[in-house]
Amino acid sequence: MLGKLTLHVLPLYSPIAMSGAAMELLGVLFIAALITWFGKWRYIWNEWLTTVDHKRIGIMYVVLAFVMLFRGFSDAFMMRMQQATALNGHGYLPPEHFNQVFSAHGTIMIIFMAMPFLTGIINFVVPQQIGARDVSFPFLNSVSFWLTAAGAALVLTSLVIGRFTTAGWTAYPPFSELPTSPGSGTDYWIWAVLVSGVGSTLTGVNFVVTIIKRRAPGMSLMQMPLFTWAAFITAILMVFAFPGVTVAAALLGFDRFLGMHFFTADAGGNAMNYINLFWLWGHPEVYIVILPSFGIFSELVATFSSKRLFGYVSLVYATMVIGILSFTVWLHHFFTMGSSADVNSFFGIATMVIAVPTGVKIYDWLLTMYRGRIRLTSHMHWTLGFMVAFVIGGMTGVLLAIPPVDYVMHNTLFLVAHFHNMLIPGSLFGLLAGYQYWFPKAFGFRLDEWWGKTSFWFWFVGFYVAFMPLYVLGFMGMPRRMDYYQNPAWQPWLIVAAIGAVLIAIGILCLAIQLVVSIRRREELADLTGDPWDARTLEWMNASPAPLYNFAVVPEIHDREELAWRKERGISHDAPAHYTPIEMPCNTSTGVLIGGAAFVLGFAVIWNIWWLAILAFAGVIAATIVKGSVPEEEYTITPDQIAALESRGSGPLLGFLSPLEDERGDHSTHGLLNSIGD
Amino acid sequence: MRSLYRVVKNLLPLNINLSRAGALTAFMAMALPLAGCTGSSDYPVIFPHGPDAITERDLLFIAVAIMLIVVIPVFVLAVWLPLRYRASREAPDYDPNWDHSHRAEVVIWLVPALIVCAIGSLVWIYTHRLDPYRSQMAEGKPVVVQAVSIDWKWLFIYPQQHLATVNELVLPTDRPVSLRLTSTDVMTSFFVPGLTSQIYAMAGMGTRLNFQPGPVETYTGRNSLFDGKGFPDQKFPVRIVTAENFKNWIDTVRKAPLQLTPHKYQMLSKSGAMPHPLHFSSADPELFARIVKGEHSAASMIVSSRSK
Ligand code: HEM
Ligand SMILES: [Cu+2]
Ligand SMILES: [Cu+2]
Repeated sequence: MLGKLTLHVLPLYSPIAMSGAAMELLGVLFIAALITWFGKWRYIWNEWLTTVDHKRIGIMYVVLAFVMLFRGFSDAFMMRMQQATALNGHGYLPPEHFNQVFSAHGTIMIIFMAMPFLTGIINFVVPQQIGARDVSFPFLNSVSFWLTAAGAALVLTSLVIGRFTTAGWTAYPPFSELPTSPGSGTDYWIWAVLVSGVGSTLTGVNFVVTIIKRRAPGMSLMQMPLFTWAAFITAILMVFAFPGVTVAAALLGFDRFLGMHFFTADAGGNAMNYINLFWLWGHPEVYIVILPSFGIFSELVATFSSKRLFGYVSLVYATMVIGILSFTVWLHHFFTMGSSADVNSFFGIATMVIAVPTGVKIYDWLLTMYRGRIRLTSHMHWTLGFMVAFVIGGMTGVLLAIPPVDYVMHNTLFLVAHFHNMLIPGSLFGLLAGYQYWFPKAFGFRLDEWWGKTSFWFWFVGFYVAFMPLYVLGFMGMPRRMDYYQNPAWQPWLIVAAIGAVLIAIGILCLAIQLVVSIRRREELADLTGDPWDARTLEWMNASPAPLYNFAVVPEIHDREELAWRKERGISHDAPAHYTPIEMPCNTSTGVLIGGAAFVLGFAVIWNIWWLAILAFAGVIAATIVKGSVPEEEYTITPDQIAALESRGSGPLLGFLSPLEDERGDHSTHGLLNSIGD
Repeated sequence: MRSLYRVVKNLLPLNINLSRAGALTAFMAMALPLAGCTGSSDYPVIFPHGPDAITERDLLFIAVAIMLIVVIPVFVLAVWLPLRYRASREAPDYDPNWDHSHRAEVVIWLVPALIVCAIGSLVWIYTHRLDPYRSQMAEGKPVVVQAVSIDWKWLFIYPQQHLATVNELVLPTDRPVSLRLTSTDVMTSFFVPGLTSQIYAMAGMGTRLNFQPGPVETYTGRNSLFDGKGFPDQKFPVRIVTAENFKNWIDTVRKAPLQLTPHKYQMLSKSGAMPHPLHFSSADPELFARIVKGEHSAASMIVSSRSK
């Protein structure tokens, strides 16, 4: 009846894992209790969980990303403490726990932190930036989100019920095959990747179509803001790259569940096929998590230099070139697998070629600042911090792309330092800057600058302190994924790295404080114009928060930096003569149901609860068919309603309860926020 | 300009030794403070002794030196521009619509492209020169060693001498080495920092690593690709010794009481990590080939070893 589920699946093997699991459960219970206390279940369900509004889905993605950032960082912190202390002993984490921790950290940070974060920001921003009312397929968007959330939920569940994989975020076979990785861990990894991978593929499809079809009249491709370009290329990469990992994980699942031999060590399996498939996704994935941040930096540099973006055409082509080349370099992840010198040099050189468009981008941003009027806000801090940190990562990346150098650096902490040096400044700094930049567009008030800058400095310094020692440890020949070690010369550097992790922890704490402080001071920080940064692109033409239909009248586009163009001519806020009715899609619970069923499906297969798996699978199929065969429900917003909403203007949390019901005066969300402090 | 000239000059004859001086100064400057507190043997990658590892180290520092051409300006500009053009200074040369310059564009595409050409040619040449599969030109009949990665140790078979060791690799300084590698089940990576390149060991396949052992020296080798809970213990001493000491060592191993019978091999697969080396006075020279073919397929036995 319950398959392999018994009491033994609880994390009794490690007190640390047990307290982690307890914390996770308490967290869920606490949030549930809070919602119940304020009587908000109906509101949450009606306005958020079932929404098809791209802005709200975007916000939910970002919330998910922050939750997973917290979990992923906790893992990182544990590893840093372990390695700082585990000289000649086993430290405080037993191997079966430590090995899950690095696997979970990598999986979470890439697939369930960076991906939801960037997808959330793309969701929130792109339609507003191209003058669209929503994405092309709003319901699909909701499904994508819930599939991603279901994948994340599977990873979180693995801490409480069963274990997570110990095979690293890459889950290389043959190690990840049944004989060497028995138990639920790798199955959790497979199902988390499968479920969320489908979600990401669908997101890719959605945004490729949206950007091609939904641009406002007059906006040619070469007039799209750079963030939209970045999102466009990212979406294309998602469509082409994700099937790779989906197939790899599925075949690994066939090996594990059905006794097949795609990648096994014996019976004709070949693990090298998996490794190729994995990196055929894995390398483009690196650009999927970095390109949106490049787009964000492009917006920020122009806005906060009060100047047109330098080298737009260069930047667009550079982005395209990066997108294409990202599919031609995957072999650099295994130069040491014994390919011929010709093959290794080809992929080495192809990898370096990517450094050219990347370098061009950096210089285009620098030239944007040249002869500008630079406001050194927190956003600009993240941007400048990114540039100086990222070039170091780029340099070490080129080093690793030299096959003979990789022969002595591969699998060492030098590599770990390199990819964190790309991912933290290159991806995370950009996403955090984007979060602080577009926050007022989402909620109608800005985030506190002082806490933003403080957070930046802790992140920035913490990053150096935590990761520069890893380069040194690479020179000392220390491999990655070490639970304990016997070489005393490594320990001082590992202690320094642990101090760095403490600094980053303070940086994360500052982000949390920033949010709370800003909510309390929201009237002071109010964005009353909809354009708090004197920005240059379309999304800032609207009120903050934007009305649910984004644009009452879809604007006509004249320039790449449309808002700047209009402000120059003093026509940015001309009220249109009259409104026409707007049709918007109705909310639907099908997305949540499909996501929920996908979670149950994964969970049931992992634990061999076959009846439940069949039921859940039937549920997904049935929901899809039913939803696909009934006409999409829409509702109409009348010109009167539009006029009322438009006259509302900008301000903290306006329309946040329920976009059309604000006048009814249900201010209990404000009540909830007020109870935080004042 | 002089250093640029030197870099170019170094590129042309494509002889790494010429660049040694430049590379050495570069990395000494970086490495000395580190080495000060512990000693250069703690930094095998930047103070290597193996000829391949030395070339690889040099390549690394030359590439860094070349890349600094684009990297240093970024540091300078990313600090100087925001100070020079910060809004509060209200610089009079503010030009909000300056968004294009052919000259600047050409430079920012061309300079990185040239650098990639430079490093790219180094890649092509040195990837071929340091190909682990290449045959060694040097004098002398290579010493053949067959390495088998078994959960969490390395078995080294010396087919020419008909003997084997576990977790100890001894090589004579005067002959090239021809290493063949495989694994009983999971994928691992053979890595001796400071001596030579690393290469994967995979079940059902034989990979190769040919190299010159360089001067008399002791290293720590290990598996660097995570393969389970005994991973940190999968390491072994590597000793490069004189021809005479190599002979002596062979004689000692010949006297060892253990013999690598099929039964012993099966035992090995089950025994987990091994802190001390083992010597086998005899080993079947065909064993390696059979392991590659999967005749001793360990996958089934491994289960029992891991569940312990
Ligand atoms: C915020 C501070 C972070 C810290 C302190 C940190 C620390 C670590 C540590 C200690 C490891 C294990 C290194 C080893 O194998 O010995 C690791 C691995 C990894 N980290 Fe992070 N990390 C951080 C952020 C991130 C971010 C933002 C990402 C991705 C967006 C990321 C992606 C990864 C990946 C993919 C791995 C490899 C996991 C594996 O070996 O399978 N990390 N990190
Ligand atoms: Cu890659
Ligand atoms: Cu192979």
